[in-house]
Amino acid sequence: MQLSTPHLLGIKDLSSTDIQTILDTAIHFKEILQRPVKKVPTLRDVSIVNLFYENSTRTRISFELAEKRLGADTINFAASSSSAKKGETLLDTVNNILSMKVDMVVMRHAASGAAHFLSKHLPNTAIVNAGDGINEHPTQALLDAFSIIENRGTLEGKKVLLIGDIMHSRVALSNMYLLKKMGAEVMVSGPPTLLPKYLSAALDVQVEYNLEKALKWCDVANVLRIQLERQSEVLFSSLREYNLSYGIKQALLDKIDKDILIMHPGPINRGVEMDSEVADGNNSIILQQVENGVAVRMAVLFLLAGNKIN
Amino acid sequence: MKIILNKEKLNLTIQRLAHQVVEDLSTLDDVVFIGLQPRGVFFAERMIACVKEITGNSNIQYGILDITFYRDDVRNELHAAQPTQIDFPITGKKVILIDDVLFTGRTIRAAFDALQDFGRPSSIELAVLVNRQFQREIPIQPTYFGMAVNTQSSQKIKADWDKEEVYVYE
Repeated sequence: MQLSTPHLLGIKDLSSTDIQTILDTAIHFKEILQRPVKKVPTLRDVSIVNLFYENSTRTRISFELAEKRLGADTINFAASSSSAKKGETLLDTVNNILSMKVDMVVMRHAASGAAHFLSKHLPNTAIVNAGDGINEHPTQALLDAFSIIENRGTLEGKKVLLIGDIMHSRVALSNMYLLKKMGAEVMVSGPPTLLPKYLSAALDVQVEYNLEKALKWCDVANVLRIQLERQSEVLFSSLREYNLSYGIKQALLDKIDKDILIMHPGPINRGVEMDSEVADGNNSIILQQVENGVAVRMAVLFLLAGNKIN
Repeated sequence: MKIILNKEKLNLTIQRLAHQVVEDLSTLDDVVFIGLQPRGVFFAERMIACVKEITGNSNIQYGILDITFYRDDVRNELHAAQPTQIDFPITGKKVILIDDVLFTGRTIRAAFDALQDFGRPSSIELAVLVNRQFQREIPIQPTYFGMAVNTQSSQKIKADWDKEEVYVYE
């Protein structure tokens, strides 16, 4: 009953048993979140710092709520209002925080591999990756998996489609690793400029440039945001054109007439990758994903805090 | 391995405990039974079946409680959580906690904390099948117990509900 790793750096490092343990534990935390008192004292002797070097709404609030509902002490750090602005290095900042007796670090960073870097220098502190550049966002993939299972019973054999900016999406990479490990079939769809080359060979996922064909194939559609902040060159002509070719529209879903679960990791750009009717429609579980995020993150923090690998 | 309760004795003991509980209660209306996960639940279900038989009342409020997230040793040892299901308010009710073996008392302490998160009972009583005397690490004593035993810390007690017997082993 413990994870095979002392940190959560990415889904890539987890075994399918680890993933199952996290998802099974999250079920119990979800039950706790329905109680009159939505809180347990499990981690009352643990201090956790949330280091956010990049903007975030959902993930930061979700982690903070998860920590508080486990009874942990939390410290929030936003790079924009910190000494990072004065030139302090990442490792110096973290070492200074840890010297004040902090037990775990949750970090989001624009640099891919930032969480791995910290884990190499701080082997005795549990590091949770809350998104590193274009690499991974493991807790998002876990909560996506939890939400699919909640609605469709299992991941095994389910056909999951990831649509949009696969190239720059850490959510996509973590989802692909997780879904393959748990026996789902994965397809990606989007403009060729936003799909990395050799994807099918490297990760054994299918590639389909035609959105309608891809939607007809899938049971679950996870729609991704265009990560304009990570694109340094022009990869498609305009957001309007992207919406016309790859935006999810109700008319298209009506035409396909299939019970497809619609997901989005947020934040949504309404009218770009997804129209409002779809985002707010009956098949959308976007807000349910957010709700499940707290339970899944509670499970991750609980399992890492009790991990005796070190 | 030494059997301390065989099938016949186990059934008699459960019936006696059920009778004792019913005898002490003037009414079952404001009473809720809570079985502790994982092993107390089997005993609780047997005992409640007896209570229903004795009283003829089939509307007994019964919930199950898992105390994994209330343990005081979470960072030393991880335990797999089990479902909790308490679908009724417990505020103002008399709670009868049910577990199979009372040993150090730490599980029951954690259960008190957990119950608090569901409301404020008017009182809490404890019913256990086996009371391991002189092994307590916390001053907690059962209201009802089936059998008192003196054991060493290294020994373990297990109730096997398939074979319907309780035994001590090293």
